Amino acid sequence: MSNFLTDLLKIPPRDTRERKKSNVLFGVTVFLLSESIIFVSFFLTYIVLRLSTYPWLPPGISGPELSLPVWINTIVLLASSLVIYLAEQALKKQKLVWFRLLWLTTSVMGTYFLVGTFKEWQGLDFELSTGLVGSTFYLFTGFHALHVFAGIFWQMLMLIRSFIPGNYNRGHYGVTSVSLFWHFVDGIWLILFSLLYLW
Amino acid sequence: MTHSSITNVDESQIKTKVWKRYFTFNTDHKVIGIQYLVTTFIFFLIAGIMSMILRGELITPASDLVDRSLYNGLFTLHGTVMIFLWIIPSLVGLANYLIPLMIGAKDMAFPKLNAIAFWMIPLGGILLLSSFLLPSGTAQAGWWSYPPVSIQNPTGYPINGETIWLLSIIFLGISSILGGVNFLTTILRMRAPGMHFFRMPIFVWTVLSAQLLQLFCLPALTAAAIMLFFDLSFGTNFFKPTSGGDPVLYQHLFWFYSHPAVYVMVLPAFGIFSEVIPAFTRNPLFGYKSVAVASFGISVVSVSVWVHHMFASGTPSWMRILFMFSTMLVAIPTGVKVFAWTATVWKSKLHLDTPMLFALGGVVMFIIGGITGVMLGAIAFDLHVNNTYFVVGHFHYIVYNTITMALFAGIYFWFPKITGRMYHESWGKLHFWLTFIGANLTFFPMLPLGLQGMIRRISSYDPQYAGWNIIASLGAFLLGMATLPFMANMVASCFIGIKAPNNPWHATGLEWSISSPPPPENFETIPTVTLAPYSYGLPQYSTVDTTDEEAIKRHGE
Repeated sequence: MSNFLTDLLKIPPRDTRERKKSNVLFGVTVFLLSESIIFVSFFLTYIVLRLSTYPWLPPGISGPELSLPVWINTIVLLASSLVIYLAEQALKKQKLVWFRLLWLTTSVMGTYFLVGTFKEWQGLDFELSTGLVGSTFYLFTGFHALHVFAGIFWQMLMLIRSFIPGNYNRGHYGVTSVSLFWHFVDGIWLILFSLLYLW
Repeated sequence: MTHSSITNVDESQIKTKVWKRYFTFNTDHKVIGIQYLVTTFIFFLIAGIMSMILRGELITPASDLVDRSLYNGLFTLHGTVMIFLWIIPSLVGLANYLIPLMIGAKDMAFPKLNAIAFWMIPLGGILLLSSFLLPSGTAQAGWWSYPPVSIQNPTGYPINGETIWLLSIIFLGISSILGGVNFLTTILRMRAPGMHFFRMPIFVWTVLSAQLLQLFCLPALTAAAIMLFFDLSFGTNFFKPTSGGDPVLYQHLFWFYSHPAVYVMVLPAFGIFSEVIPAFTRNPLFGYKSVAVASFGISVVSVSVWVHHMFASGTPSWMRILFMFSTMLVAIPTGVKVFAWTATVWKSKLHLDTPMLFALGGVVMFIIGGITGVMLGAIAFDLHVNNTYFVVGHFHYIVYNTITMALFAGIYFWFPKITGRMYHESWGKLHFWLTFIGANLTFFPMLPLGLQGMIRRISSYDPQYAGWNIIASLGAFLLGMATLPFMANMVASCFIGIKAPNNPWHATGLEWSISSPPPPENFETIPTVTLAPYSYGLPQYSTVDTTDEEAIKRHGE
């Protein structure tokens, strides 16, 4: 982490590939910080509405359930952060085959999470329009799932680009940016999971 | 003979290319800057025509010119277009043109992203204005779009004006965020050697402060708009009081962005004043460092004042007092700036060219706008004039009489640099006096009207208010006419103006060291900056080779 911060604040000489890479990483970080404000607004909305609404669950509704599939989903998504880190390390060591394998594993884990989320949605006893519990649950998990989807899409793009000969010889800022985005999406899920299921 | 005809063809080909590139996906920050300025000016004219229709309705007490729902739609879109499609993006356009030149960079950090962010503006604008063609009509809930009014959908169409309004706000917001990422990266990481933070021109400081606010406050509006959109179209209950939702929560999220948005707009305007005033007084800007820090101070304080828009929304007393205090606090860094401009003008030899007239006029009217703002920050006074024309008068003194005046000052000031030709001075002065008189005639009457109790957002009113309203309406038509000499001057000067020298105002700053208009790559060699800005009579930069390590060290990078 401190390594990442020093990399981010160091400005390499102008008109070099390193400068371009560090500018892109800086830009992506600023963008993610900015986007996190959308999620912070959602979290605050949830907290405020939940604290001021009684009863939170309309009669006959059991709310989001902390079932085994939800746990597995969460663990798979969080573990994918580790896998994408290993993929990045493999690329640094120029092990392109390992990079592709681990990179694809990350996308598969992300897809598992998405499928799991949709299955969970189908089994719930409330809808988007059911009180505030339905509004907050579906919109916030849906908005997060959209980010997971965007991450997978972006990963696929990077995977295809890895087949251009020599393209990733010196690493690639696109790969680092996607990885950063993926960690961000995982971090958001940790907070969302705590608010929606553990509270 | 053959030879010369060939060159003629080449030249004309080049000229058509130059002309055409403004309609293409061009990544040069100078082209994008001009694209922003021209596009947003068209939106300014559209929203200006809307305001003249509104004033035409208000010239008589009865509701007789337009239908009430059309009146609601017009004031909603007038506000939205002016804020999101004129003031914010036109200042972004000016900054886009100037920031790389001012900090000594060849382009913005992400040229492609820059072009994407620009092209979202006309698309978002057309989307927003297309709601006039919908069977349901446009959005009618004001530019603040408070629920529950905004989610009522009385016409029953699944896609109504409000849906379109929300989608275009989200869309334009994404454009602003992309722009913010680009500006922050450019200013923090693309500066020329020797361009320390405290050697940046104030305009760069103000754009940096404004873009930080865009980046970290605008997402709150996006979140609010997404939830409102779902309430309106998909039956969620976030802001529906009948289903347990909280409409006041929307107000919090909305104003958490939309109050700082005022500073997103006004800070670059302050930056323009700080560039223009030193150039035409031949004085260094008084207290450069304090003005730079004050820009930053304004943006820090401004994120903690939003509840002053909600003094009448059932906000608890302790909260109102806290936010009254923080609101008053903004007056301190703002006062620092007004003081610095006054001190710069003090005992100087004034050169009253058009940019300076607009800057001085803007500063003087900002004092009225600022003082009425502090008055509104006081709870007791605010509750008295809440929802009246006093508020309308106050913020038009800021958005028109300060920011739009600053924009005109900036456009005249940098016109020779941008086009390579001088504008016509007498026509510029005519534009200034018509605008100055028109703006005061339009917006001053709103202050006494508000004190007398005339409420906003109405198309008919008690005849006792008629006198001031007639003056305001006539002023608005004069203000509309005032734009004509400006347009004529700009268009004619582009083609037949006198060729401009590199530095017609003898101003300081890197942008004046290069040719007018600047070459495509901006700087042949990146200059090394050696002195603080506004150092008149001293060489502020040297064009030493930046690969020469020793020269850079000598100048203290």
